[in-house]
Amino acid sequence: MAVLTYREALNRAMTEEMEKDPNIFLMGEEVGHYEGAYKVSQGMLAKFGEKRVIDTPISENGFAGVGIGAAMVGLRPIIEFMTWNFSLVAIDQIINSAAKMNYMSAGQFPIPIVFRGAGGAGGRLAAQHSQSFESWYAHIPGLKVLAPYTPSDAYGLLKTSIRDNNPTIFIESEVLYGSKGEVPEGEFLIPMGKSDIKREGTQLTIVSWSRALMYVLPAAEKLAKEGISVEVIDLRSIRPLDEEGILASVRKTNKVLIVEEGWNVAGFGAQVAYLIQKEAFDYLDSPIERITQEDVPMPYAANLEKSSLPSEEKIIKKVREMIK
Amino acid sequence: MSQPKTKKETEDLLELYRQMLLIRRFEEASAKAYSMGKIGGFCHLYIGQEAVGVGAISALEQKDYIVSTYRDHGHALARGLEPKALMAELYGKKTGIVSGNGGSMHFFDKKKNFMGGHGIVGGHISLAAGIAYASKYREDGAVTLCFFGEGAANIGSFHEGMNLAAIWKLPLVMICENNHYAMGTPEYRALSVKDVSVRATAYDIARDHIEGDEVRKVRDHVKVAVERARRGEGPTLMEISTYRFRGHSMSDPAKYRTKEELEKYKQGDPLIKAEKDLLSAGWAQEELTKMDETILKTVEESVDFAEKSEEPPLGWLYKHVYAENV
Ligand SMILES: Cc1ncc(C[n+]2csc(CCOP(=O)(O)OP(=O)(O)O)c2C)c(N)n1
Repeated sequence: MAVLTYREALNRAMTEEMEKDPNIFLMGEEVGHYEGAYKVSQGMLAKFGEKRVIDTPISENGFAGVGIGAAMVGLRPIIEFMTWNFSLVAIDQIINSAAKMNYMSAGQFPIPIVFRGAGGAGGRLAAQHSQSFESWYAHIPGLKVLAPYTPSDAYGLLKTSIRDNNPTIFIESEVLYGSKGEVPEGEFLIPMGKSDIKREGTQLTIVSWSRALMYVLPAAEKLAKEGISVEVIDLRSIRPLDEEGILASVRKTNKVLIVEEGWNVAGFGAQVAYLIQKEAFDYLDSPIERITQEDVPMPYAANLEKSSLPSEEKIIKKVREMIK
Repeated sequence: MSQPKTKKETEDLLELYRQMLLIRRFEEASAKAYSMGKIGGFCHLYIGQEAVGVGAISALEQKDYIVSTYRDHGHALARGLEPKALMAELYGKKTGIVSGNGGSMHFFDKKKNFMGGHGIVGGHISLAAGIAYASKYREDGAVTLCFFGEGAANIGSFHEGMNLAAIWKLPLVMICENNHYAMGTPEYRALSVKDVSVRATAYDIARDHIEGDEVRKVRDHVKVAVERARRGEGPTLMEISTYRFRGHSMSDPAKYRTKEELEKYKQGDPLIKAEKDLLSAGWAQEELTKMDETILKTVEESVDFAEKSEEPPLGWLYKHVYAENV
């Protein structure tokens, strides 16, 4: 099995898909000559040329709209946002055009487009460059929302997203681009709406996704040494959601902690908690708990940034309380 | 221009007149149905602006694309979308052009390359650039025509779409239908430069500016822009000056303008102009009256069809939220 970085896995997925289908093109700021702000599109301009790897001016609303228009007539654009923070100036196009076009046109105009790019909390980038928008996009019917944690998931899910006939919001994690992992040789796809048990356990389920797993998995490891057995579910796919996967785990462990990097109020974890209390209420031995980013814009100071995010310590402390 | 000279020119004008009259009668009927509570939501009428849509769209080929705003009835009819399906859509029936999912503001017809009525002011301009982008990508030789109002010329999507279309030389014709009001805001309170087409110079693209009361003149000018786009010479920004005789939407009594102003513009009613030209070219009044009757019958039939059609089944609520992956 090859060991790839998260960025290489994404690059491989896009490259393979573009080799197969001439309708696919990659568009965004710095994706071509600069080879990607985070180097995800390294080598792609040389391989596919300027026609299919297109640098845009800084105009997110404009090029998101161009992608959607092109998708209306059957092309399959991959639109890279340098980071999801800047997607906010394109959010009108994503919500009002991409998500609704198929519905408004009664199925005449599906929008097979992938919006992808770096998201989540970054290294001391402060309030405007360090935030998670999974909950925002998951709120919108018509969109699909993916947030892979491992290189292998990044590869398999991106390929699935590119082949999907709907607009997908593919949120990569800025701090995971250099992380390495085994990616099986040969082509494979990972279906949307399937979570992955990243660690088996019996006493408590942690539901999480993307970069928050960087804290969850080592915390679970340490808890195991104390004799506390934690099951870790990586959602990977936020919308569609693997309801059955979550519920099966809860029925087994009877306790749930949801760990997410986004904000608490109206955050996606609240939706997961609702699902669990509704469908598995009788299985719960304690209230569902959540650990989220604190309810503040991201501070710059190193200590404040750290304290505002989920952490190993917070998770360990919370699990110990819940297991008592 | 105004006087058609040959028989061919006269017949040509007659056909354009027929299309304009269909729009006028269709919208009069929708206004009536709206007042009776048969049509819901916002309903923006095109009455007064018919020469723009009919003239411009008649400059296109079937393979070309049209992108419209929430004021889309006229553009849709000019493109030949079925009046019955459009009226049924206004009524929210399953036989509507988008089976009751869209209403007045969201007509779509894939077969006719009618790429939608869009409800966010100016948001559709970058979509139009995207459709034109796809034509360039595929070298299919199609041109995209995008309509918008002067109010839309102030939103980011307009500037971003225009810049992208300019740097990539997209086959796009942008037509600003300047009816001098964005809802209740007159152009002089919203636009730093009154003639929107002047903004083309900032993006180094072609521009044109005409009065939109003569349908054949509109077509001739739009044709120049369409041919330029088809030759690969990039986009054009046109302003076509016009006027809406009704309020912004059905719920707007249009108190922000004077009776005198409205009367002045009604002198330039594109239908009256075309009618006069046809009469002085020797066409008989009875012929025109007969044509009107036929159109009225078509419109009546579409109202009847809409009335009698069923509402979409409740089971369709979740249909088309997502496209299927086949
Ligand atoms: C982004 C946005 N802002 C506001 C509105 C509400 N609105 C709908 S139409 C309109 C006026 C637009 O005027 P103009 O672009 O000149 O077109 P016209 O209606 O005159 O054809 C406004 C303010 C909207 N639909 N979208």
